[in-house]
Amino acid sequence: MKTETRSEQFHPPSVIGNILRKLHIDIPLFIGLFLISLLSFIILYSAGSQDMDILVRQAARVGLAFFLMTILAHVDPYQFKRYSALLFGLGLLLLVAVLVLGQFGKGAQRWLDLGIFRFQPSEMIKITTPMMIAWYLAEHALPPKPKQLLIAGILIIIPTLLIAKQPDLGTSLLVASSGAGVLFFAGLSWRFILAIGATLTGLTPILWHFMRTYQRDRVLTFLNPEADPLGRGYHIIQSKIAIGSGGIYGKGWLGSTQSELDFLPESSTDFIFAVFAEEFGLFGCIGLLALYLLIISRCLYIASQAQDTYSRLLAGSLAFTFFVYVFVNIGMVIGVLPVVGVPLPLISYGGTSIVTLLSGFGILMSIHTHKKFLPH
Amino acid sequence: MSRIYTIKNKLVESRLFLNRIIAAFIVISLLTSGLIVRLVYLQIVGHEHYASLAKDNSIKIEPLVPTRGIIYDRNGKVLADNTQSFSLELIPEQIKNIDDTLLRLQKLLDISDEKIDQFQKQRKRQKRFVSTPLLMSMSDQEIAKFAVVRPYFPGVDIQARLVRHYPYTDLASHVVGYVGRINEAEMKSLPIAEYRGSSHVGKIGIENSYESELHGKTGYAEIETNVQGRAINTVNSVLPVAGKNLYLTLDIDLQKTAYDALDTFNGAVVAIDIKSGGVLVFASRPGFDPNPFVIGISNDAYQALQSSDNQPLFNRALRGLYPPGSTLKPFIALAGLEYNAISVDHKTFCPGYYQLPNVSHHYRDWKRGGHGSVNMTDAITQSCDVYFYSLALTLGIDRMHDFLQYFGFGEKSGIDLTGEKQGLLPSREWKRNRRNQAWYPGETLITGIGQGFLQITPIQLARATATLANKGEVVTPFLVKKPVDPDATGSDTENPQENLELKPENIDSIISSMVNVIHGARGTAKSIGKDINYQIAGKTGTAQVFSIKQDAKYNENDIDFKLRDHALFISFAPADDPKIAVAVVMENGGHGGSVAAPIAGKVIKQFLGSNNEN
Repeated sequence: MKTETRSEQFHPPSVIGNILRKLHIDIPLFIGLFLISLLSFIILYSAGSQDMDILVRQAARVGLAFFLMTILAHVDPYQFKRYSALLFGLGLLLLVAVLVLGQFGKGAQRWLDLGIFRFQPSEMIKITTPMMIAWYLAEHALPPKPKQLLIAGILIIIPTLLIAKQPDLGTSLLVASSGAGVLFFAGLSWRFILAIGATLTGLTPILWHFMRTYQRDRVLTFLNPEADPLGRGYHIIQSKIAIGSGGIYGKGWLGSTQSELDFLPESSTDFIFAVFAEEFGLFGCIGLLALYLLIISRCLYIASQAQDTYSRLLAGSLAFTFFVYVFVNIGMVIGVLPVVGVPLPLISYGGTSIVTLLSGFGILMSIHTHKKFLPH
Repeated sequence: MSRIYTIKNKLVESRLFLNRIIAAFIVISLLTSGLIVRLVYLQIVGHEHYASLAKDNSIKIEPLVPTRGIIYDRNGKVLADNTQSFSLELIPEQIKNIDDTLLRLQKLLDISDEKIDQFQKQRKRQKRFVSTPLLMSMSDQEIAKFAVVRPYFPGVDIQARLVRHYPYTDLASHVVGYVGRINEAEMKSLPIAEYRGSSHVGKIGIENSYESELHGKTGYAEIETNVQGRAINTVNSVLPVAGKNLYLTLDIDLQKTAYDALDTFNGAVVAIDIKSGGVLVFASRPGFDPNPFVIGISNDAYQALQSSDNQPLFNRALRGLYPPGSTLKPFIALAGLEYNAISVDHKTFCPGYYQLPNVSHHYRDWKRGGHGSVNMTDAITQSCDVYFYSLALTLGIDRMHDFLQYFGFGEKSGIDLTGEKQGLLPSREWKRNRRNQAWYPGETLITGIGQGFLQITPIQLARATATLANKGEVVTPFLVKKPVDPDATGSDTENPQENLELKPENIDSIISSMVNVIHGARGTAKSIGKDINYQIAGKTGTAQVFSIKQDAKYNENDIDFKLRDHALFISFAPADDPKIAVAVVMENGGHGGSVAAPIAGKVIKQFLGSNNEN
């Protein structure tokens, strides 16, 4: 068993490195996140019609998110474990509050207005759900027994349904996969995974029954975008045109004609990958995917080096959820998955997801930089 | 033992976890490769195809707006159609300095600031290359003025658009309604795909309640455009399907007769074809000109309509609430007969007032000195209040409530217009729930003569009258002939669904009493019964707007016009084979017999007269 400490693994020569280490910052992860944030500004400048206001607002959010990440990296992972259940319960309570308050408002209600800023409990639940499941499973021997699986399953389903009811299909999908990620790393048997996959496929008609009209529209549009080229299919058709016209080398920065001429809707938010693909081409796309893959690999490495079950499960799940983010967003933009409202992590315009994501990375850094020597 | 187990377990766990990390990495790599394969497919294999769509010439999908259906009356007269109108439109994308352009246009064509604001609002909601109207229905002069300087205004052009037009203006404004610009709330509730390119939506009346039929199905064209977004060539298109034309049961000539007859009074006239339920007249006076609403009514004009004392925007026939007054009496008498509370020959002595046992309050009859001894026919013919006070007390509020409900009082008539008011048919329960009070016998009395809490709409009154004339077969009023089809001439039969199963002899004696109201020597509306070869059945009514003190005397000339009684009249004809039922409500009209009855008389005579000729 490895017992090396952090300082033995890395020897950054600079003063900055020393400061970062004092801050409990994981340098490879930090570099990856920093690069991708930089890329975000570059592409946002182009996608947002070169509007500096957008960049300034985004910069404020990213700054806040990095700050929060640093703070969380400082916290001992033991504290996360200790407050897992409490935080999860609090998150659920806030979710219910949003739903109840939403009854009085109009339509979709995701926000809780706290006066100074608006808070989205579904974002918090994205992190507290894997914390809760990891905490619960870590209390027992792994792999989990059927009874523990059942309880864990229920714990995942409750927030998932509450968020789906808001309705926010994208977020509920991410919450469910963060919980499922924990179960996977906890050693859920492959046979069981296959069985669940089969059951879910069987449940599709029932799920269909409970979907809202616009959610059904999205699925139908995904299956046949040409059926409604003016309405729902418009996004997918236009985004494919943008991506395909980019070719291998792309049209160059600020060279996208599709988003410039307003053909591509939501080009700064959910569909920003289409702008990226149009301007930077296949090479750019592969580069971006490689950068994402590097970040995910580093996260998985951190998980593999974690010292206790709770930290491993949580770290693994956070890495996995990050990938789901990337996969679902890019999948929908290139037309292999239905359109659900999931932003491209760390690149799309919009604050809440960036804050949540970097909080997750803060926890990962905390896990990696608070190692204790194990007795042999 | 347990310690060893735990340690061993930790090792197993650790190995298991490492396996999972590796598995996860493999799955993630595979899925990422999947994404890359798809990207290769789009960006290398499909590149030429997509590049040709996007590069020099881009395919733009433009909605093709369907033509809105035309609304006709029962004789094919046009109530709403689409006329060509010229509007000044701007394409923001092609204008360098939009504020300056607007300023110059404003000077040139004398455009109001309000219209500029409206344009700015709409512009923000639309894409930059969408042509947005600034000035609608331009005059020939304006067109000429702009044509001269057109070269100095790139991105500004005159466009021909179809604009909704209502030839009968105020006459049918409340039935036909109007279309107006789609507002932000409607933007959210309308099906987006169907309304791409549509700027207007039905706001009230038939235009609103049959919006989906009238609108039609939006088509689209794939248009090749150059880099500036200007159309070069249409590649492919799916044509729009025009909205369906609607044929109403309304007779616009009859409507005009009724509307004109209301003259300077505010009020409503509703006439129903009894056999089908088709509404022949649905007049609410005053009306308003719906045409300005289509092109965007100015704030001042709208405020003027809103704040007018006569409330021209208020659909009295559908939403006006009035006490039915004495027009309720035939229904109460019928209830008395059906519940065996009275016989036709039962007599009540009317001294000019009625007193509840042990109560000093005098419930007055409209006729000072009273009607003497009256039977049912006398009571209806002369509208004796005392007879009905007495009958109401015998029936009790519960039975009256139930019976009146069968005729649709206090219920929406179900006419195919949105926004109908329900009115109020009071009951013991209602008073307990809403006012937390017990029901008093005095309230039963005044309900018996159509006063008190009772509030009904003119369409309800007409429907109840039609149901009565139809001998208890419930009539459901409607305005649009079914089936809704562009080339259907339309059969307007919509069979009555429900029969109240009233005894024929009871109905007959009520009808003959109502005939007496018009053709009897002492009838309250005998003025309209002359010079016709058939009989009209009717009942006058006067609804109190304010109550007079016990010892005071109501004098029409002494009180303010707005506090004068409402005049009502219900009727149907011919009495032996009823075809048309008419209800008239005239606000502050005074006595029903003298002002309201002649209006119904004109409508009936015109309808039956023209029908006889056919």
